[in-house]
Amino acid sequence: MSGSYEMVVGLEVHVELSTKTKIFCGCSTAFGAAPNTQCCPVCMGMPGALPVLNERVVEYAVKAGLATHCAIARFSKQDRKNYFYPDLPKAYQISQYDLPLCEHGWLDVQVKAGEKRIGITRIHIEEDAGKLIHTEDGGTLCDYNRCGVPLIEIVTEPDIRSAEEAVAFVRKLRSILRYAGISDCKMQEGSLRCDVNLSVRKRGEQTMGTRTEMKNLNSFQFIAKAITYEFKRQVEAVESGEAIVQETRRFDEKSGKTFSMRKKEDADDYRYFPDPDLAPIVLSDTLLTRLEREIPVLPDERKALYRERYGLTDADGEALVSEREIADYFEAAAAFTRAPGILANLITSEVFRLLAPGETCIPVAPAHLGQIADMLEEGKINSGTGKKLIGALWREDQDPAALAEREGLWQLSDESLLRPIARQVIGDNEKSAADYRRGKTQAIQTLIGQCMRQTKGKGNPVLLRKLLEELLRQE
Amino acid sequence: MNITEMPVWELSRALQGKELSAVEAASAYLDEISAKEKDIGAYLTVTEEGALSTAAQVDKKRTQGEKLPPLAGVPMGIKDNICVRGVRTTCASRMLENFVPPYDAHVVERLAEHDYVLLGKTNLDEFAMGSSTENSFFQPTHNPRDLSRVPGGSSGGSAAAVAAGEAAYALGSDTGGSIRQPAAFCGVVGMKPTYGAVSRYGLVAFASSFDQIGPLTRDVRDNALVLSAIAGYDRRDSTSVDRAGGDFLSGIEAGVQGKKIALPREYFGEGIDPQVALAIEGAARRFAGLGAQVEEVSMESLPHALPAYYILSSAEASSNLARFDGVKYGFRAKGCRGVEELYLRSRSEGFGREVKRRIMLGSFVLSAGYYDAYYKKAQQVRTLIVEDFKRVFRGYDFILGPVAPTTAYRMGEKTRDPLSMYLGDVYTVPVNIAGLPALSLPCGANEDGLPIGMQLIGPAFSEGMLYQAGYAFETSAKGDA
Repeated sequence: MSGSYEMVVGLEVHVELSTKTKIFCGCSTAFGAAPNTQCCPVCMGMPGALPVLNERVVEYAVKAGLATHCAIARFSKQDRKNYFYPDLPKAYQISQYDLPLCEHGWLDVQVKAGEKRIGITRIHIEEDAGKLIHTEDGGTLCDYNRCGVPLIEIVTEPDIRSAEEAVAFVRKLRSILRYAGISDCKMQEGSLRCDVNLSVRKRGEQTMGTRTEMKNLNSFQFIAKAITYEFKRQVEAVESGEAIVQETRRFDEKSGKTFSMRKKEDADDYRYFPDPDLAPIVLSDTLLTRLEREIPVLPDERKALYRERYGLTDADGEALVSEREIADYFEAAAAFTRAPGILANLITSEVFRLLAPGETCIPVAPAHLGQIADMLEEGKINSGTGKKLIGALWREDQDPAALAEREGLWQLSDESLLRPIARQVIGDNEKSAADYRRGKTQAIQTLIGQCMRQTKGKGNPVLLRKLLEELLRQE
Repeated sequence: MNITEMPVWELSRALQGKELSAVEAASAYLDEISAKEKDIGAYLTVTEEGALSTAAQVDKKRTQGEKLPPLAGVPMGIKDNICVRGVRTTCASRMLENFVPPYDAHVVERLAEHDYVLLGKTNLDEFAMGSSTENSFFQPTHNPRDLSRVPGGSSGGSAAAVAAGEAAYALGSDTGGSIRQPAAFCGVVGMKPTYGAVSRYGLVAFASSFDQIGPLTRDVRDNALVLSAIAGYDRRDSTSVDRAGGDFLSGIEAGVQGKKIALPREYFGEGIDPQVALAIEGAARRFAGLGAQVEEVSMESLPHALPAYYILSSAEASSNLARFDGVKYGFRAKGCRGVEELYLRSRSEGFGREVKRRIMLGSFVLSAGYYDAYYKKAQQVRTLIVEDFKRVFRGYDFILGPVAPTTAYRMGEKTRDPLSMYLGDVYTVPVNIAGLPALSLPCGANEDGLPIGMQLIGPAFSEGMLYQAGYAFETSAKGDA
C-alpha cells in the first residue's frame, strides 16, 4: 500500500557555533555550567541593555555557506521574531528573516541507490533561547546560560525522499561543519538539532501534500524513526480518507511514535521587523577571500582523492572521510603501506569496532597500522592475526612485526606442513567430508576452521582450502 | 548669590574658586527640592544620601588639589528611564516600580568620570510615552511657570526640575520631542542630539531607532557643556557613531553672520497658536538682525511625519516592551495559574492605558497582512523625510521652527483625547524620523507669560553650529531685556 506513495521531506537544522562567546555579548558559551552563571544584562534582555554582533558569528556562518555551495549575501540584516515564552527573556529572538547570509546551496549525499543532491534553501544566524527545567512540584525554573548562544539554521529544499537520505544529509552536514571548525555538532548536548517537515503524495504527483513538522530530533536514530513512523501514519491516514492537518508533532523517543502538539491555527504571527538596535551586515571582498581560504579540504574532495589515489570505493571513502580526524589518520597511515585498500578495510572494520561511539582518537601509531596492512598484503599474516595484532596494539602500541615475531604469529604457508594437518582433519571429520563429497560444498568451511584451530589460527586459509579440496577429490 | 538659580557654568566657576563647596551646593538644591516638590512633583526618587556623600568626595578631591572637570560637584537630575546602578529606575511605570538596575547607562558612566552629583530620578510619562508627564503611574508633574499647567513631556520632570531650581541641569530622552517640547513649555534649553551621538546603552528603550538622550539646562552654554560630557562613541551601542568627540563650547561665540536659515512653510499650518507663530517670526527677524539670511522654504513631506512616527515608534515599542512579562523582574500579577495568565495579567495590570494603546497599535501594524500597508509604508515615508531634509540642507545651514503648536496647556485638558495630544508632536517628530540634532530654546512668552520655544534643526552632527546660533540669539535677547 505505502509502495504507491512517496514522502516529501525538508529539514531545518539548528547548529550551535563553536565561538567562545555569545552572539551579542561577551558571555561564555561553554556547555554544562551551573544555571545562570553565564549571563549578563545583554543576554538576559535587561531594560536598556543593547546587543552588539559578534563578528565571529558572521564568519562562521559564511564559512558554513561556502562549505555547502551557497551564494553569500554581501548585504544582509537581522530581524526580530516576536513571541512570548519564558525561555526568551526579551520576548523576541534576533534572527534573520528576508535577507539571510547564505542562500541556494546544496550537498551531495551517498545512499544505497547512489548519490543524491539535496538543495539548501538558506542558512541564517540567530540567537538560542534559554532552557526551562520543570520541577516535580509543577514549577518551572529558567536557566539563561544558553540565551544568546549563536546558532545557524540550515533549511533544505523539500528534496528528501527517505529516512536514509535525511540521515545521510545530516551526517554529511555534521561532517562538513566539524571539518571547518564551525561547530562540534554534539547532538547529545543539543548543539545540532533537527526539525523534520514531512508530507506524502502518490508517486508521480507534482503537488505537495499537507505537511507536519517534528521538532528538535537530536539523534540520527530518532530522525530515521520519526520519519519512518510519520510516513506510515500519513499514508494510513490518507488511505482511510482522513485529511492530514498542518501541525507540529512531537516524536516520543520511548514509543517511537509522533503525537500532535500544536495545530497551525494556533501558530504565532511572529511580527518580524528589522532590529533597529543592529546595523545591516555588509561583507567585504577581503573578508570573503580570507574565509574562503580558511575552509579546509572537505570530505567530498577527500573522497574523490581516495578514489583516484588509492582506488577506494565511494562507500569506503565515505566511511573514512566523515570524521576529519579519521581521514587524517587514514592519510597518515597510507603513507606507510603499499596496500591502502587493505588499510581502509582495517579502519572501517576493526578500528571502527574498537572505537567507542563518538570517539575519533586512535591509540595506534599510523605507521603501525600501515605495517599490518603490508603484512596482510604480503601474506605474512592472515586476517585473523591482523585483527589480533590491532587488538594488542590498541592495548599497548608497539611494533607489530616484532610482536608477531615474538609471539610466533606468522602465517603458515608451507604445503608440506599443512598437508598432513588437512589429511588428519578430514579423517577426524568424516561427516563433513562426506557432506562435501555429496555436493554440500560449504561443508569445507568446517574443515578449514578445524585446520585453523590445529594451526592456532596461523594457517593460510587460502592454501588450506586448496589442499583440502585436492585431498577430498582424491579420496 | 542664589545657588539654585545659577547656570551650570557659573556654579562650576564658584565651585572651582572654592567660593562654595559641593556639599553646600547639593544641600541648597536638596532644600529647594524639599520646599518645592509637593507643588511640582519633578522627582520620583530623591537620592539625598548619595548626593551628599558624592559631593563630599568631590570636596575632598578638590581640597587635595585635584584638577576636576567643570561638571564636578554640580547637582543634577536624571530622567527615570536611564539606568543608574543601585538606584530604582521605574520608567514611571508600575511595571518597574521596584526595579533596581545592576548597571549604569553609558551616559551615567560618563558623568561619573566628571564627578557628577545625582540629586535624583525625574518623572516622565510612563516609558516616555506622552507629551505632558500626566501618564506617570506615580504622580503628575506641574509646570513651575504655572502650577495648573503641564510641564510638557515626556521629560517633564527633568524640564520642571531645571526650571524650578530643583536641579542645575538634567538629562532627558527625546523619541518624538520629549526633550524639546517640555523645554519649550518650561522655558529652558533642551537638545536632542544627532542619532548615534550619545550612547543609548542603559536607556530603557521606547523606540530604538528614534531614542536619544540629551541635556536640559537653563541656558545654551550649559547645554553645550553637558553634551560635551555625555556625547561620544560607545561600543556597546551598535548605533553609536564613532567620530571625534565634540567640545561644543569652543567657538560658541562665533555668531550667525552669513548663515542661511530656512523657515519651512509647513511649520505654520493649521493648528498653530498665533502667538507662537508670532514669536517664531520675531525670532527670524532677530536672526536676520544678527546677520543671518532667513528664507521661507517648503517641505512637502512634513505633514506625513506624524502618522509615520506613530506607526514606526509604536511598532518598535511593542517589541521593546514585550520583555516586561512578569517572569524575570518587575511587576508580577498575584495568584496566576499558568504562564499565559501570568503574561496576560502582569501586562494588563502593570502597564498604563497609553502604553497599552501603543503596544496594541504597534503589534497591529506589524501583523501579517498589515505590515506592508503600515510599517513598510511608514518606512518609505521616513526615507522621503530624510531626503527632504537633505535637500533643504544643501541650500541652508539650519532650519528654524516652533517646537510645539501651543504653549503649556492645562492639566487634564488633553488626557481624554490621545489624538489631540499626539498632534502636539507635529513639529518635533520629523527631527527624530531623520535622526537630526535640534536645539529647543525660549524665544519669548505669550500674553499670559507662558514661555514659547523655538527649535533650530541642523544636519547630522551640527550640534556645534546649533549652539553657536542659539547662543547668539540668547545673548542678543538678554541684551534687549
